[in-house]
Formats: sequence, C-alpha cells, structure tokens
Amino acid sequence: MSTPALSIKDLKKTYSNGVVALKEVSLEIPEGDFFALLGPNGAGKTTIIGITTGLVNKTSGTVSVFGHDIDQETEAAKMQIGLVGQEINFNPFEKPINIVVNQAGYYGIPRSTAIPRAEKLLTDLGLGDKMDKSAMSLSGGMKRRLMIARALINEPRFLILDEPTAGVDVELRRSMWDYLSRLSKNGLTILLTTHYLEEAEQLCKHVAIINKGEIVENGTMQDVLEKHGSDESKQEGFRGGKLEEVFLKLTSEK
Amino acid sequence: MNTYQLWISLYTMMRKDVVRIFRIWVQTFLPSVITSCLYFLIFGTVLGSRIGTMQGVPYMQFVVPGLVMMAILTNAYANTSFTFFQSKFFARSIDELLVSPMPPWLMIAGFVSGGVIRGVLVGAIVLIVSIFFTGLHLAISNIAIIFLYAVLTAIVFALAGLVNGVYAKSLDAINIVPTFVLTPLTYLGGVFYSIHSLPQAAQYVTYVNPVFYLINGFRFGFLGFADISIWTCTGVLVALIAVLIGINMYLIRTGLGLKQ
Repeated sequence: MSTPALSIKDLKKTYSNGVVALKEVSLEIPEGDFFALLGPNGAGKTTIIGITTGLVNKTSGTVSVFGHDIDQETEAAKMQIGLVGQEINFNPFEKPINIVVNQAGYYGIPRSTAIPRAEKLLTDLGLGDKMDKSAMSLSGGMKRRLMIARALINEPRFLILDEPTAGVDVELRRSMWDYLSRLSKNGLTILLTTHYLEEAEQLCKHVAIINKGEIVENGTMQDVLEKHGSDESKQEGFRGGKLEEVFLKLTSEK
Repeated sequence: MNTYQLWISLYTMMRKDVVRIFRIWVQTFLPSVITSCLYFLIFGTVLGSRIGTMQGVPYMQFVVPGLVMMAILTNAYANTSFTFFQSKFFARSIDELLVSPMPPWLMIAGFVSGGVIRGVLVGAIVLIVSIFFTGLHLAISNIAIIFLYAVLTAIVFALAGLVNGVYAKSLDAINIVPTFVLTPLTYLGGVFYSIHSLPQAAQYVTYVNPVFYLINGFRFGFLGFADISIWTCTGVLVALIAVLIGINMYLIRTGLGLKQ
C-alpha cells in the first residue's frame, strides 16, 4: 500500500480568540486522488489547508505529506506541495513571469530551469501573452490561473486548491477543470475545496464533508451519494445535484 | 534543501529586492542623497566654518562619517521594515515564502540582505557626495574598518527593521519607530559632536545609546581615532547582531503576527 499523500491525525486548532476551528480531525488522502473537502463557510477547510501548508499553527495532532511529518520534516513535506490559496496573494506590481519564477527560486530551482518551465505553464494556462504585463492588469480569472501556474512551478506531487474558481465565469471554470483533470490523470494528487458542488461531484473520486470543525462524512463519492441518497419526492423547493442534497443534509442546522 | 538550493532561494530574495530598490530609485536612493546634501551644506559648510575643528580635524571631515552612517542605518531599517510589512499586509505575498521549504533563518537572511544592499549602496552614494563638500580632502584611515562597519551596521538595522515589520499592524507602526526612536538615537549618538563636548551626565546617557558605538567605530575608520575603543564598538555591534538574530528567529519560527 502506497504512502498517503496527506495523513491527518487528531488535528485540533483553537484560535487565539477562543474559536475552536478543528476538533480532532483525522483524514487521509490517497496518492493520485482527486479529493473534495467540502463544508460551509467557517467549517474548518481553510484551517486544515493552512496547517498543512505552514500558514497556520496547529494546536495539536499530526499532519504528514507523503510520509513527511510537517513538524519533523518540514522542508521535505513542503517540497511536495503546491498551493492555490483562496485569496489573491501575489505582488500586483510584478510581472506574472517574475511571480512564477521567483516562487521557483524559493524552492531552490535555478532561473535557467524555472524560466522555460514558467513560460510553458503560463502558456498552457492561457497567459502566454500576459506574462510580461503587470499582474495588476490581469482579470480575476487570469489572476486565478496565475496562482495555479505559481503553485505548479515546483512540480508538486500534491496540489491544494482552496476555492480556486471563486468569482470565475463558467467558461473559464470549465477550462480550469479540464486542465486540472489532465494533471490528475497524470498522477497529481489534488485536494479541492469549492462551493460548486456539482463540479466536485463530477471531478472527485473521494469526498469529505466537514462541519463545525468535525468530519461528518468521508468516503468515495459514489458511496457517500448512495449512503445518503434521499427520497427526492419528499423534498420541496429548489433542488441542486445529488451531492448538494447530501451536503445540505449533513451540514444543515437541525 | 541542499546548499545549492539554499543559495538559489537566498539569491532569489536578494535579486527580487535589488530589482525593486533600483526600480523605485526615486524613493530609495534620492531622499537620502538630498537630505545628506542639506546636512553637508548646513552643518558642514555654513555652521562648520564657524565651529572650525572638532578633536583636531575640520568639522566637515568630522561630521561625514556620522552622516554616512545615518544614511546607512535609516535605509537598511526602512527597507526591511517596509518590504516585510508590505508583503504581510498589502498583497499577502508573504505566503509565497511561508509555504515554501525555505527555513526561517534563510527568510531572515533574504530580507536582511536586501536591507544591507540598500543601506550600503546609499551610504556609498552619500560618501561620494561628501567628497565634493570636503573639497576632495576626505580622510580615510582604514578602509577595511569603514567597509566592515558599514556592512555590520546595515545588518543591525536591517534586523531591527525586520522586527518592526513583523510586529507592525499598520503603516503608522512602520513610521513611529524611525521617527520617535531611530532619529533621536541617531542625533544623540554623536553624529554632529564628540561625546567629550557633553556634560558628564549626558556622556553616561550616551553610553547606553547603541548608535553611539556604531558611529564611533565608523569614524575610527575615517579619522583613526574615536571617543571610545574600536574593540568596545565592535563588541557592541556583534552583541546587537546576535540579540536581533535571536529575536527574529523566534518571531519567524513561531510565526508571531504571521501565522494564526
């Protein structure tokens, strides 16, 4: 059995203001998986991602990336990860090519390797003609794609996407999913958080649903949908896809 | 990360900052040059001609090391405090570093190297400008000490600026320390006078001012003498660097003000 891409055990996080974001969360993502981590706003998704990537300090518990503990083997663990964060977080005064090449430098990749790699990534993501323009001039969707290029520059084995399509139009979302699906088929492990549940339903093999800092469901997409399949005739009003119904069932206030 | 990868990471941070420093040269180089010209003009030429000599050397020559040092320390401080604060608040691009495998000491070295490069470059420009005001008679006793003190002082204030940048929660907090702490310490650290011209009580107060030791060590490199032993000055400088590295390591390692 191969080492899981992400292994989380008894992870707890209490913020300094007393808010308990995670209550002994345990989670495992197999290598090569396209994994959806879903939950309402404030459920703890971004906290899990923050702890895994070194942006948030955990209170207790262990996190390993491809068997590398994030506390004991921080560098080795971080080498495996690429992160597309929820917020736009690059210097808007820089050029896209420099943003991506500099990120490569932080991973110890020399410019002679990073520049052609960055040019290919930006071109593949439809930013070929924008790479020497100011990042400030990019549209919202272009900025998201730039963040994907930046996350992939170190050729990670594990890509984390925290709501990467928030505010992105339908056409662009589809092209992004096509691109990411191709990467997944090539063996890249992907952890995705999104509020577009139909897309998660189509793309992901496994799903975990988190609510108020606790994992309330975790399994293959098919199993979760079957387990919580509801009698649609009893429901009233607007209905979304199957996953959306399961999501609401598991996360709605009783 | 192996040694080569560490070097690439450090080089990337340095290169990025140097490109930025030169891109906005009007904000990074010009203000110190103009301010120094004004100091040279007023304190050196106008007032200096009335003062005559200080410790046996023309006042203009006495004041040059202090003014160069002032340019070095303010620029080194401003560079790290602002770049760190900017990456933390304006664009949150600090995440680019935090998610990377760079160890904390390397991040500190990266930020500090930018401050040192800017501080030393601005100091060199101010020194060149000073040559015109001293009528090409600038005394240089030991160029190695001058260079060593320029670099070590820039390291001290780049490290101090980084502490400020980490703690700062607003742009005001970046400006408060230079205005209310750095400027008084510099002016009272012996830029314009010898400590021997002060009353005894004021001399004791000056001894607790770290800038006094930096300016005197630097002045020793130019004039061959100072108010205090060069070894004491160097000892204070090294101790300051050690303490500030310790503080920065603690701040970056624990993620205070950076990580939630």
